[in-house]
Order: sequence, then structure tokens, then C-alpha cells
Amino acid sequence: MATSVETGPFAHLGAALVDLQLPSPEAEEWRYSRVADLDPTRYSAASATPPEAAVADAEAMVAGFVDGLDEPPSAVVVLVDGVVVRATVVDDRVQVDTSPSVPDDEAPDVFSIVNEHVATAEVVVGTQPGARPTSPVVVASCTAADDVVVAPRLRIRLGADSELAVVELHRSLGASTALVLPVTRVDVGRDATLRHVVVQDVDTGSDVVGSIAAEVAGSATYDGWLAAIGGRYARTRVDCRLAGRGADGRLASLYAGGGDQMRDLRTFQDHLDRDTTSTLEFKGAVDDRAHAVYTGLIRIHPEAKGSNAEQSNRIMTLSDEAWAESVPNLEIEHNDVRCAHASTVGPVDADQRFYLESRGVPTDVAERLIVAGFFDEVLERCCVPAVAGLVRPRVARVLGGGGS
Amino acid sequence: MSELVVEDLHAVVGETPILHGVTLTVRSGEVHAVMGPNGSGKSTLSNVLMGRPGYRATSGTATLDGVDLLALPTWERARAGLFLASQYPTEVPGVHVADVLAAAFTASGRDPALVAGRMADEAAAIGFDSSLVDRALNVDLSGGEKKRNETLQLAVLEPRIAVLDELDSGLDVDALRAVSRRLEAATTGPDPIGILAITHYSRLLEVLHADVVHIFAGGRILDTGGPELVDRLEAEGYASWGA
Repeated sequence: MATSVETGPFAHLGAALVDLQLPSPEAEEWRYSRVADLDPTRYSAASATPPEAAVADAEAMVAGFVDGLDEPPSAVVVLVDGVVVRATVVDDRVQVDTSPSVPDDEAPDVFSIVNEHVATAEVVVGTQPGARPTSPVVVASCTAADDVVVAPRLRIRLGADSELAVVELHRSLGASTALVLPVTRVDVGRDATLRHVVVQDVDTGSDVVGSIAAEVAGSATYDGWLAAIGGRYARTRVDCRLAGRGADGRLASLYAGGGDQMRDLRTFQDHLDRDTTSTLEFKGAVDDRAHAVYTGLIRIHPEAKGSNAEQSNRIMTLSDEAWAESVPNLEIEHNDVRCAHASTVGPVDADQRFYLESRGVPTDVAERLIVAGFFDEVLERCCVPAVAGLVRPRVARVLGGGGS
Repeated sequence: MSELVVEDLHAVVGETPILHGVTLTVRSGEVHAVMGPNGSGKSTLSNVLMGRPGYRATSGTATLDGVDLLALPTWERARAGLFLASQYPTEVPGVHVADVLAAAFTASGRDPALVAGRMADEAAAIGFDSSLVDRALNVDLSGGEKKRNETLQLAVLEPRIAVLDELDSGLDVDALRAVSRRLEAATTGPDPIGILAITHYSRLLEVLHADVVHIFAGGRILDTGGPELVDRLEAEGYASWGA
């Protein structure tokens, strides 16, 4: 008798995805998520040739963004609906390659597997050993078509003792109802330093399920900064694997939701070798009926003697209907380590609000000032400072304007 | 001419009655000192007037130039001309005093562009390091610096009536003198403010001369008189009033 295999919700996207099922919200990594509300059958594969008008819009958006930076980028890659439409290298110390994507079975979750099979290209950005281009690489992924799966795929490879800044921008060109599945993989070579800024600011009609995974070699530094302000349901999983002795991972994030948005962030600080250090500073705010969930795991492996890990996540709930959950976790398999974690969820501090009101500041303005101040610390940590200046007003709009 | 009129004010903190009928009137140009031992309810009076959450008037009235303060949210009390210099100024990370004062100016129909210049003038007047002015509100400031910061905000905002809750605590001698002089100056001139200074020491009053002194204990005013009450207090303590 033939066994029947249940066809999964991604079957229409490729033969390799026929059996693939959505993860269960019962699974720890998907607890509190909205994965059960996603309907992948709604979304088809994006066209391999985006319309000219969309390409022109994307170029205009990228030009505006680049104008706001302190210096012209060393390279620019523009994608529309996951398709590379331009790759320009200005500084030849930066290498950019846009080869067709090849599945490599490294995907940490179902949506990354979908990305592997749907992505038309893998953008590879890198440096040779010892190279230190001064200005950042900008990789802008734009969403244009409706009801499509958008699968941008980026790999950043830093050679030993090199240094690079990469700014990843995810935006929509107007109102958009896409399923955006960005995957970014990072390899930081020995003694190298990557400054990696990700701005996820897609339209609130789109859902986002993304993954960032960094592997950091000995004495190397990964400095990651994520602004998650767009999308309806928007999830980003961040894996930072400190794989060589003395590797350093710094993770910072600002996330904000209004309207019916949901922010879903999962972090993994993996200490695999001796004397590795990691810090994590996440700050979020939810207004209106928005939700946020954060879960973070610090894992100290048996070989990671002398490691030092810190994790702090703080979420402000700005309305009675806003909801947030923050779950820190530790898994320590060596005694000679230092780990610290802090986690808070709560409304605007009543004493702070009263203090500002007592100066004659109206309540809503006082709250806006306090929330902006709350985010200031994370914005100041942005490793490409000009981006913080571009993100700041967007955060105010998300919280003050129902998520838009 | 402005006046703060408090009549037979009763108030609770949470559910606990603290004020048991307070009556006083502070007019422009006057300095009133409210002196009382710890736990007498002095701070409660200041918090009830400003509307701090958790502090609730149960009967009596408080008006500023006829405006019923108790019916207004805190920020409108401030807009009506009331100022509270806090005993323990709250730290507000990432929020700068210039932004707060500009927002207050905007809310009261004044030009926020005036704030920067006036802050610089006032900082100089009270010897407040301008680099500290740029810090987040009260974050990493010493006790004395916080009190100078309160005084600076008061001077820039130009309220009609200022309530000073233990403004002298945490101030060293030089800072106390600088702050007191600035306040003394604010109570004179063509458009003076009125001050209700809550304190349990007399040292603030060495430069900031009180016109009226109220001896306060058990949530009520036990005695009201002139500066001579301060001398009696120094000599005999609150026990002299049976407190």
C-alpha cells in the first residue's frame, strides 16, 4: 500500500518543498509567534524580471537612502522582489558576487529552506584578507509586487584581519502584500571586524520571516545592529556563533510596533571556544494593539572556558492593548564563565512621565520624549551612525501612527 | 499679581490620610517657608498640588489665580503657572532638558526657539556647568547638580508660583548660595514669582528670605508667623509647638 504524503503549504513553490510544513507554534522557538496565521499558499514565486517602473522606484529609494549616509558607499547592490537589478562596486577592495543561489542545507528553519529554493541569486559581499574599505556597502532589498514570496539571500565573508561595514535595507515600494523571507549569513575571519546594520522597514501589509546567522572566528568581532520596524508579522532570528578563541559578538536592536504589527525576535549567543565575549542590548516598544515577543538563549559550550556573555532586553508597552513577552534563557556547560541577563516588560515609568508633565509637557508629548530617550542608547550604538539618524523619525511614526 | 490659595486641603496617599486641612495663600513676590519634621506631610502637600499619581485630594480646594488646580491634569497645572522643584528629581534616560523645556514652551504658546539662549543665561547665573545641561535629565548628576538643574528649569519656565520641595538638600554651601540668590531675584522686580519653600532646615532661608513661615506637623499647619518663627525653631525645635 502506498503511503500518502501530506502536501505542504509551500508545495507550489518548488518540487523540493512539496513536503515542507509550517513549524508548530508549540515548538519552543515558535512559541508566542504568529506562524499559525501565515498562509504561504497565498504567495506565488516572484517574477525573475521585475517591471522597469519598480526598478526605477527602487533606484530612487536607494538614492535617497544613500544621500542620508555620511559618505558614498563602497558598493551598492539593489534587489527588487529578490532579483538583483544592480551591483555596483566603487571601491575595489570590496568584492561583490551575485551568482545563482545553490541550496546548502545550512538553513536554521523552514522559511530559510524556502528562501534557499526560491532565491534566484545569492549576493556575496566580501573583503580580501587585510582589506579595510572605509565606507559601507549598501545592500537594498525592495519589495514591489503583491502576493509574492520575496527571498533575498546575502552572504558576507570577511577575510582575516579585514574590516567592513555592510548596511542591509529591506523596504517596500509603496503598499505591498508580500511574504518576505530574508536570509543573511556572515563569516567573519580571524581578527576581522564586521559592522553589520540591518533595517527592516517593509510595508505593514507584508509579513517577514528572516534569519541572520554569523560565524565569528578567533579574535574577530561581529558588531550587529538591527532596526525592526516594518512588516505586519515580522520575525528575525539572530544566531551569533563565537567559534574561535577570543571572538566577540555585539548585538543591538531597536524594535517598534504599532497598529496590529507583531515583532518577533529570537537570539542565540553561542559561545563555542575559550575567552569569547558577547553582549546583547535589545530595546522594543509596542503601541496600539501591537505585540512583541523576544526569546534569547545564551549557550556556553563545554570548551568555552573564560567566556563572558551579557543579554539585556527591555520592552515598553505603550497602550492597554499592546502586549509583550520577554524570555531570557541560559545554558551553561562550563563553570568558569560570566553570564548576566536582564529582561523587563512594562509601561512608561509613571515618575518619569510625572516629572516631564510637571514642567508643563502634555502627557502624549511626555511619553513620546520618554520613548525616544529609551531608544537613544541603542541608536547611539549603531555602528553606522548615519543610519540611526534615518531610523529615528521612522520609529516615531511607527509608534505615533498606527504602525505605518 | 498671582495667588495660590489653598483652603482646608485634605489628601490621601494611596488610602492613607496625610493632609488634615491645610490653608495658606502665597502671592507674587512672597516667600513662604513650610517647615516641619520628617514625615509631617510636607512633601505630600507639594505632590498633591502638582498632581503626582498616588496623591489625591479628598476635600478642600487649591486654586491659582482662580483656576481650580485639582481639576487639571499635571501638565495643565504647570501651564497655569505652578512649578514643582522635586525633592528627588527623576532620572529620565535619553531625554534632554532643552527638549523638555521646548515642549513646555510650545504647549504654553511660547516660542521654543527662546529656550536655548535662556538656558545658557540661567546656567551661567547659577554656576551650572553647561556640559551638564546637555546630559540626559538628571542622569549621572550629583545631588547638588540635580538641584541646580531644577533651579535652571524653574528660571527658564518662569512660573507664577514655585513649590520647592527640599531644594536645599544635597546642595553644598556655594551651590546653595547661588541657587538661593537666583530665587531671591525671581521674587523681586517688575514681575515677581511667589515661592512656597518646603524645608526642614533654615539654611535655605539665610539668603532666600521668608516673608511668612508655617510650622507644619501631622499634616496640618500648627503656626504661621514671620521670620521670628525660624529663630524660635532653631532655639527650641519642633517640640516647642508640641510636634
